[in-house]
Amino acid sequence: MRRFVLRRVGYAVVSLFLLSVTIFLFVRVTGDPTVLLVEPGASQADLDALRHDLGLDRSLVVQYGTFVKGLVRGDFGKSFYYRTPVLELYLSRLPNSLLLAIAAMGFSLLIGIPSGIMAAVRVGGWWDSAGKLFALLGLSMPSFWVGLLLILFFSVYLGWLPSSGSGTVLHVLMPAFALGWYFAAAHMRLTRSSMLEVLGSEYVKLARLKGLPEIRVIAKHAFKNALIPVLTLAGINLVLMVNVAVVVETVFAWPGIGRLLYEGIAFRDFPVVQATVLLAGSMIVIVNLVVDLLYAVIDPRIRYER
Amino acid sequence: MSVSPAPSPSPVASAPIAWRMPRIRLEGLPLFPIGILLVLVFAAVFADLIAPYNPEIGSLSQRFRPPVWSVGGSGEHLLGTDHIGRDVLSRLIFGARVSMVVGFMAVVFAGVVGTGLGILSGYLGGWVDQVIMRVTDTWLALPALTFAIFLAAIVGPSEFNIVIILGGVYWTRYARVVRGEVLSLKERDFVRLAIVAGCSKWKIMRQHLLPNVLNTAIVLATLMLGVVIVSEAALSFLGVGVPPPKPAWGLMLADGKKGLMAGYWWLTVFPGVCIVMMVLAANLLGDWLRVKLDPQLRQL
Amino acid sequence: MATTTAPLLELDKLSAHYVTARGTRVVRAVDEVSLTLRPGETLGVVGESGSGKTTLALTILRLLPPAARIVSGSMRFGGEDLLAKSTTEMRKIRGKRIAMILQDPMASLNPLFTVGDQIAEGVRVHEGATRRSAWQRAGGLLKAVKIPAATQRLGEYPHQMSGGMRQRIVGAIAISCEPQLLIADEPTTSLDVTIQAQYLKLLRDIQRERGLALIFITHNLGIVARMCDSVAVMYAGRVIESGPVRRIFNAPAHPYTQALIESIPRMDGSLERLTAIDGQPPDLATLPRGCSFQVRCPRVVDRCREEAPPVFDIGAGHTARCWVAKP
Repeated sequence: MRRFVLRRVGYAVVSLFLLSVTIFLFVRVTGDPTVLLVEPGASQADLDALRHDLGLDRSLVVQYGTFVKGLVRGDFGKSFYYRTPVLELYLSRLPNSLLLAIAAMGFSLLIGIPSGIMAAVRVGGWWDSAGKLFALLGLSMPSFWVGLLLILFFSVYLGWLPSSGSGTVLHVLMPAFALGWYFAAAHMRLTRSSMLEVLGSEYVKLARLKGLPEIRVIAKHAFKNALIPVLTLAGINLVLMVNVAVVVETVFAWPGIGRLLYEGIAFRDFPVVQATVLLAGSMIVIVNLVVDLLYAVIDPRIRYER
Repeated sequence: MSVSPAPSPSPVASAPIAWRMPRIRLEGLPLFPIGILLVLVFAAVFADLIAPYNPEIGSLSQRFRPPVWSVGGSGEHLLGTDHIGRDVLSRLIFGARVSMVVGFMAVVFAGVVGTGLGILSGYLGGWVDQVIMRVTDTWLALPALTFAIFLAAIVGPSEFNIVIILGGVYWTRYARVVRGEVLSLKERDFVRLAIVAGCSKWKIMRQHLLPNVLNTAIVLATLMLGVVIVSEAALSFLGVGVPPPKPAWGLMLADGKKGLMAGYWWLTVFPGVCIVMMVLAANLLGDWLRVKLDPQLRQL
Repeated sequence: MATTTAPLLELDKLSAHYVTARGTRVVRAVDEVSLTLRPGETLGVVGESGSGKTTLALTILRLLPPAARIVSGSMRFGGEDLLAKSTTEMRKIRGKRIAMILQDPMASLNPLFTVGDQIAEGVRVHEGATRRSAWQRAGGLLKAVKIPAATQRLGEYPHQMSGGMRQRIVGAIAISCEPQLLIADEPTTSLDVTIQAQYLKLLRDIQRERGLALIFITHNLGIVARMCDSVAVMYAGRVIESGPVRRIFNAPAHPYTQALIESIPRMDGSLERLTAIDGQPPDLATLPRGCSFQVRCPRVVDRCREEAPPVFDIGAGHTARCWVAKP
């Protein structure tokens, strides 16, 4: 077990290292980084000072060293616009994004799982065809467009829901729907195929042979087993949601890290952009690590694999 | 008695790239997606001829005109005008060109790089594999959109840059899948025969492995097309994609947002419908290809 | 085995076919099968893979997949017409009066529920027992199938047990509601050879204790010889020979049965080569006209190719579907 943990943690560290190197190199290599890392309207003296601070006259390796040292200390740079350390900004906005993602995930599971089950149980029937159509549309419609349409309909025409900001349940509804829509389709598809597989399994066959009522066969024996891959995917998607919400958050002016990123590019606030990307990637690496470790705790077979 | 698709010919000697055209029977050809794609390609190619107006120039006296069937609309602008008075229909038609060009080129770029690296990684193994895989995993961990925005912020938005950026973000998907296939192909007899016969590594990769992973790469490409187009639209919407005044559907949506609260629905609905149509067609085509070329690819 | 006892299960010219959606291919998975089984009797159903043995079992329980249909013939169980039963009535019969054991015990058990839960389930559904009493009953059943530390095992999960134990648990599930008929579909095929004998003994003991009728589906003639009172040999969906076990083994009439018996390796010292039957079982969708064994039959004559042989009575309960049957 210990070997497994060490190995997984090792992988994570390597990934984080590669991540930082990637970000670092991209910034340095594509022209003069001082242009990016300095406020618009700075003087030549400022540029020179920054150049010295960054150590641009030193070798790349040394520069990287300084960069990483800063990261480890928690110094992700300072926002030009807000004049506060970016890490602070990021952490203050993160809960909002999490909230949105959880709401969207809940919505996607609420719609995706039951419809997937219905499609599988009545395979080839009306439900199945409707489900396939829904899945197709869901996977083809960009989430931000769905958001815009929702605003058009519910804010402009019906006036029921607020089109931007956050604070009440009403504010969450549309962004969550827009964000969750795509994932609902993905979850429906997976639930359907997982359920179909389970319904064809030997233990379901035996359950029917035992003379159990069909409802019980489906609800008790099939359902739980079919759900496993879906929940796994949902877990992965949750983290993904937090990050791809950029556009949805922008559309609805939802104060999360996605919108923070948008502000970064809109206001040419590069430290914000750089830090957001770095933190997004790191967060995913760490979450993956934690999930893997959790799985190993739950399922002993995994610990001894590979 | 297994029914695996026969790999392309292999015996030893120097056959030229022997990729048999995948045996697609014409029955069940998906007319709907192909039809849509043809319409879009047509629009893209002949935009100059069929678009009624110049998409980049508008007249301010004609701002925010609704489509012809609405109150206040006129036959002059069938689908209305935007906030600067530019004709929506013309912008949609030219936008098809932008989307197609960017979409296809990004997909091809990602495909070439990803497939190449996937083959190298899968076949050569060892540290090459380790390095490529670590980089791939790390880049896969970065959400594509976030990464793309980051890159766009650095190099600045332009049509060319977007292609490179999107290609650079999505090649990892190819690399992963192709590597997996190469790993299993590596064990097959026709590769072993080639090794025994003394073929160089490059030759094996080029003549034996490449044709066989091409099917997978193509299917993946059609599926990626949809994703890339949505990404491009998202980037343009956020302002780091195709720069104005060029007509990109994503940009039109961004402009459309300005009139949203005032109820100028056509600026939002039409560009979105175009995006959906294109993505839908790409997805349907990809699904169909996947089933036709190799049922084993269903896991994609 | 008094001949005056009323038969428990009677199949008369039962046929079940698979039809493709377009109606183009018809697979005659079970074709005009007639069988009789008395209470407490053991019937062996023997055949190669694809001969229709498992489909026959599923037909009796009316659990065929949607693509299959019972097209003709009749089934009577305990004097009642099974084909006339409604879905709910059939459901009450399954597990309670007719039970079945499947081949792969690991796959038959749901990995997410405890062993006790799965055994107790049948009792709770069919007899309305409470949780507690069903649980206790499950413990008793585990003891009946000779699993040590029964009460502890109840709370464990299938993956924590060995293959042999799992198959016993499947057996416990099968007998949980005191069925009259037990159908065992290749129950020992996926068990280690060393455990097979133990399991067979267990089945025999249970059968004797409870007076169960047993249908034993297998491709292994050795097991048939040891366990069964009568045998039905299936080929391409049809019963081509049936009768008391001794007669079939000592004097097989159908060429296929003869070949099967000849192909059993002998350990009595004679160093003859192993004889196998030439050819492959036919594709059930494209059966030839006449007898389906004609292509592989060493004694085939012209008549076999033209007309499918009916069932001939060779005496003393022995029947064979063959124009050239010669015991």
